[in-house]
Amino acid sequence: MARVAPFTATPQVRGGVGSRARLALVDALLAEQEVRPCAVLTLRWLARHAGIERGLCAVVESETGRLVGLTGLGLSLASVDAFSLDLNDRMHPLVVTLAASEPVAFSGAVPGSEAGQGMRQPVDTPLGSDPFYAVPLGGPGESGDIGPGLLLVDAVDSAAEEDIRWAAEVLGVRLQSLWFRRSQVDERRYKREQSWLFGVINAVTDPILLTDSEGRILVANAGAEMLLTADDQKSEGRRRAVALNNMLFSASIFTSSSGGGPTRHELLLVDPTEGQDLLFEVMSTPVKIRAGETGTVSVLRNVTDLRRATDEIEEQYRKLRFAEAETRAERDRLDLILNSALDPILVTDPSGNIVLMNPPAERMFTVAPGDKIAEAERRVRANDAVFTSFVSGLYASQSLRWRGELSLIEPRSGATVPVEAISGKVLSKHGEDTAVVTILHDLTEAVEKQRLYEQVKRHSEELREKVREATAELAEQNELLRRQAFQLEQASAAKSQFLANVSHELRTPLNAIIGYTHLLLEGVSGELSRPQSEKLGRLESNARHLLSVINDLLDLARIESGKMPVQLERVVLQELIHEVMTEVEALIDGTRLTVTRHISDEVPEIHTDRQKVKQIVLNLLSNALKFTPQGSVSIRLDYEPEKEWISVSVADTGIGISEENQKTIFEAFQQADSSYARRQGGTGLGLTICRRLASILDGQITLISRLGEGSTFTLVLPRQPRET
Amino acid sequence: MSEPAETPQAPLVLVVDDVAHGREIFAEYLEFRGFRVATAADGLEALDKAFELLPDVILMDLSLPGLDGWEATRRLKSDERTKTIPIIALTAHALASAHDKAKAAGCDSVVTKPCIPRDLETEVRRQLAARSERS
Repeated sequence: MARVAPFTATPQVRGGVGSRARLALVDALLAEQEVRPCAVLTLRWLARHAGIERGLCAVVESETGRLVGLTGLGLSLASVDAFSLDLNDRMHPLVVTLAASEPVAFSGAVPGSEAGQGMRQPVDTPLGSDPFYAVPLGGPGESGDIGPGLLLVDAVDSAAEEDIRWAAEVLGVRLQSLWFRRSQVDERRYKREQSWLFGVINAVTDPILLTDSEGRILVANAGAEMLLTADDQKSEGRRRAVALNNMLFSASIFTSSSGGGPTRHELLLVDPTEGQDLLFEVMSTPVKIRAGETGTVSVLRNVTDLRRATDEIEEQYRKLRFAEAETRAERDRLDLILNSALDPILVTDPSGNIVLMNPPAERMFTVAPGDKIAEAERRVRANDAVFTSFVSGLYASQSLRWRGELSLIEPRSGATVPVEAISGKVLSKHGEDTAVVTILHDLTEAVEKQRLYEQVKRHSEELREKVREATAELAEQNELLRRQAFQLEQASAAKSQFLANVSHELRTPLNAIIGYTHLLLEGVSGELSRPQSEKLGRLESNARHLLSVINDLLDLARIESGKMPVQLERVVLQELIHEVMTEVEALIDGTRLTVTRHISDEVPEIHTDRQKVKQIVLNLLSNALKFTPQGSVSIRLDYEPEKEWISVSVADTGIGISEENQKTIFEAFQQADSSYARRQGGTGLGLTICRRLASILDGQITLISRLGEGSTFTLVLPRQPRET
Repeated sequence: MSEPAETPQAPLVLVVDDVAHGREIFAEYLEFRGFRVATAADGLEALDKAFELLPDVILMDLSLPGLDGWEATRRLKSDERTKTIPIIALTAHALASAHDKAKAAGCDSVVTKPCIPRDLETEVRRQLAARSERS
């Protein structure tokens, strides 16, 4: 594009516009307070008085540093708005023009054509390809070296040039005047609004911050300052908390600002004053803070309490759910119990309506499908009536429990079912009746049992009566026996007395016989002939035998009448046996028997009646010596510690005793071989007395014997008799 | 004996028995054996003789007519003059109760009849020895 010939700087007044028209424009401009209408008025005035058809008014926008379209004439609005030129492009023809004082003529942009030789690119304006003039607006621009704007008008003849320059001058001055005023107004408003704004953001208790792209804080309200700023006067703790908060906050801004739109995230900070953790919900919104730089507005909402409350609500909810589950489980358990109870259980409300039943109760109080409906219903109604009347009795009474026996009807079979009903009131906290729980227990079996019991009882009574009769009879018999026993006892006592008397009456004459015989044998009445002595010797021997028979009889009588006294003392059996052996020495000497002793050292002292034990041992030993024609006799003394028994055995190799005779040998006047025994001088009472004496001492005498081979008699005694 | 005997006399035995042959047997045998003997046939006589003669030993039959042997023994044992004289009871009662009764009355020992005279002499000598030991 070729640059058109420059305007001559000197205005050439060429008739045309009179001073009146110019005055009208000035008036109109002065009357107008707004920038754009001033530009419009000027372009219209030029169209009328300078003949331009298309024009554009562009002004410098100091905030952005650009020349932008303000209004146009004969141009589309879009093209005007689209016009924008960077003032930093100092080599641009229009920017150069802006700094000039004279209009510059331009050839229009030719689409598709290349730039001319050494020439700049053609200037692209809304005026298109037509040549135009660029006229600087009057007055110095804000920045000083450039003017406030440009008027671009299509090419006109030079006659109009003067008017165009004039109008540009006037418009420039006017616009600058308007801008100056506006800037003053704006400044005031800006300050006022700024203070409002700060008031507003400070009034918001939530911390609010504006940060630049590097996270530096540009604006902070009071709440934010409390958290994020600290001067040197503050405590070390607070400074540290603030430093930590800043780090945390910056980190969170960087991580959250990756997306383009507003973000929301949680941030944990420290309360610099109190030291406790504070949880914030941060809403960050990116904002443009200056050309090419995006900052972030962050609003922090303290949700610490909210979170705590939320947690608490969640906990409450969880507990509620748990309690609900518990309750359900409890109810399930209760249902299970109720349903598994075999006895009918019913719950009734205070009006007597059944509100809950278990299956056994349902069988009695509801009609089941398949029942004969009419009959079953009638029976169920009857049951209902019986039951309701029973329960109403409890409601009417003061007591908490109620027991009764009811007669129900099994709805299906029609069988009468006796039941025991036990009801209990369920009371509310305030003691009002809320329900009655009733358990019915089938008494059919119990009734049957009762019947059987009665029957058994009757039989038992009969039996008892019979037993009583038998007992009475027995008592009678007992009485009879007792009387007989008493008579027997008396008879026995009489017998003993008789024996004692007989003994006394026998002893007196026997005393004379023995005494005189002795006197004669001793030679008191002079010397005796040999045959006389022999005969007197036999007399004495027989008298002595008679005496021993009498003594034995008396012993027996005493034992049988229970008059044998027992004198217990410490007895050393070893000594006792020695004594007995000494006493029978003479007897032994008269035999050719081998007599041996086996005395155990282990035998302890015993507690017994010495005289009686001696009598027994003496008797046994004498018997052994008497009834053993040849061979040996041995006496043993042993002790059995476990049973605390002492045994004295006398064994011989004598004539022995047949099995048959062993049974009777201990009975009175029984001797195995009477003739032999008599020859030996026995009374036939010795073993009888021995066994009785042993029995008195809680002992016993046993016998082991074989005819022709010998006998062993053993006396067994306890260390201590049972009763002393 | 501590006191020297001027005329060494045999011990005196008083035999008390209501039965004549009883008295005769023991008296004759004891005399034969070297004792001096006096006799009494009942309780009262026994007391008279005892107080009069102050015998060394008394053989006392218990079943006596009138004042019996037990009572006679009690009286003798309660009298200063006679209480140290040993009394041997003679009885045909062999029951222990009779023995106990005799001991309770004050008899020093009991001999059951019938008894061989030699055995009785042994008992008399035993009692005499016991008495001399006591004095």
